[in-house]
Amino acid sequence: MKKIRLSKNGLSAKRKKQIVGISIATIITFLLAIVFIMPIVLTITNSFMSQSEINANYGAVFAKTEKGGKVFISEIVNLKFIPDMVSFSQYITVLFKSPNYLFKFWNSVILVVPILVFQLLIAMFASYGFMRAKGKLKEIIFFLYIILMLMPYQVTLVPNYLVSTWLGIVDTRWAIWLPGIASPFAVYLLTKFMRRIPSSYIEAAQIDGAGEWQIFKNICAPLCKGCMYSVAILVFIDYWNMVEQPLILLSDPEYHPLSVFLSQINSGETGLAFAVATVYMIPGILIFLYGEDYLVEGIMYQGGVKG
Amino acid sequence: MRREKGSQLKKRTRKQRLGAALFLSPSLIGVFLFFVLPFFVVIYYSMINNPILGEFVWFENFGNVLRNAAFKIAGKNTLKFSFIAMPLSVILGLLLALLLDRNIPLRSQFRTCFLTPMMVPVASVVLIFQVMFHLNGAVNRFMVNFGADKVDWLKSDQAQIVIIILFLWKNLGYNMILFLAALESIPKDLLEVATLENANAWQIFFHIKIRYLTSTILFVTIFSLINSFKVFREIYLLTGNYPYDSLYMLQHYMNNTFKSLDYQKLSAAAIIMSLVMVVIIGALFLVENYFGKDVEE
Repeated sequence: MKKIRLSKNGLSAKRKKQIVGISIATIITFLLAIVFIMPIVLTITNSFMSQSEINANYGAVFAKTEKGGKVFISEIVNLKFIPDMVSFSQYITVLFKSPNYLFKFWNSVILVVPILVFQLLIAMFASYGFMRAKGKLKEIIFFLYIILMLMPYQVTLVPNYLVSTWLGIVDTRWAIWLPGIASPFAVYLLTKFMRRIPSSYIEAAQIDGAGEWQIFKNICAPLCKGCMYSVAILVFIDYWNMVEQPLILLSDPEYHPLSVFLSQINSGETGLAFAVATVYMIPGILIFLYGEDYLVEGIMYQGGVKG
Repeated sequence: MRREKGSQLKKRTRKQRLGAALFLSPSLIGVFLFFVLPFFVVIYYSMINNPILGEFVWFENFGNVLRNAAFKIAGKNTLKFSFIAMPLSVILGLLLALLLDRNIPLRSQFRTCFLTPMMVPVASVVLIFQVMFHLNGAVNRFMVNFGADKVDWLKSDQAQIVIIILFLWKNLGYNMILFLAALESIPKDLLEVATLENANAWQIFFHIKIRYLTSTILFVTIFSLINSFKVFREIYLLTGNYPYDSLYMLQHYMNNTFKSLDYQKLSAAAIIMSLVMVVIIGALFLVENYFGKDVEE
């Protein structure tokens, strides 16, 4: 009798404890989530401030090389969540009045898109090749690909730079495009995926008399579609975010992508900087909103949790 | 008859090999042209006195680089950064995953929040970080309220803290996803049995979950280490080419050597760095081979 009552009490106490635990976890997670998205949200809200409001709030931060200019700079830095007055003036300037910013945005696009398309295309072929190849040599080459993939840019940029000088393509976009297209990252991820295709599929096709090209085109390529999206997202973020390569391989600031340009924006244009920064992160965020599951999948392939 | 079949099979494998080679060739050409072949030239450059005379001095350049004061500072800073950022990003990533692994409401929305920083270019949020960590910025104003002294974050010995925060902000989502996936792979009945037998949360964590997480923890550890070597981008965008001393990383050293076009120094430094990387990557492989199969199968 006593025992039953006890267990009943115990159960409800346990349930209570569970509820408290989950509530605490939810609150902590909620607070952390706010911290994580705050820099992004602040960048966006601040892009709706007028230049005078920006100067009044953040003048002190960005006034680095002012030589006796008459710009009034307040000493205090006032981090604001919501502008006093919502103004689209920065966007109007960025998008319509001063073509320089759109130029840099275009620079980013023109640097990334060819790399994205051709790195993936070549990687599709190569990953199929890695799956079909046999033997020790293949293992060694694949290992080489992995080492290259994991090297920091400062190491791989040295050979890249040497080849670019030999080919005479330093300071042209080719110096970014060609090493980017040859980069082994997509090959690695797609190969990891291709290896999971059951060999019975391929054997069955072979018995039906399909050649390598037909197996690739009709069986393996269609199966890779989802994985291609994942890889494309990862490749896109990497190159959209690129800083190191243009700094070293493109000395002419005219060709610099928005990422490099943003860090060199001068203090007279800080108001615009937030608007430009917002425009710059839109493609990534849009891709993320539509392809979050693919991104997660891509991370899992990379991390070996899957595959 | 049998022989014929054998030769047919041989023919087929030969065909398969040829096919594989053809499919691989565009990528192989690219990789060898832009990475592998020039790397041999880098090795050559690292051992000669100058490109015109081309006399072999063997390891003199390496010695010069290793004795260089800037290189030493850069190496020290990089190691310091890596050995703080790496454990933090593993532990905090795991904690985030454990939070989201519970049955809390809005799980997928929270996951989205933690992953978003990964998709946002660093250059876009640098402005806000500058505003927050300025001498008169938001963080200092907040701290002054609690009676702390103002710190000029980006221009003092505390500068690494800001970079670590930025690094964690950007990378924790990635680690969290891997840990979440690993946590989900733990058989549910195992956890149920443990709860039925009155094991508490700590016991379940240390005796069951950690075992299933071992390979992921090791992978994330090494991967975070590799990522921490790439932190130049964040520092450059926040502070430019010549940051405060404590932020001067190996990548800055390389970049500045690039500017002076000192091929010998550049090559020797690149080789030293790549040797270190090969050791780390080798460790990653050993780990994958040793633990990876154990858990998956």
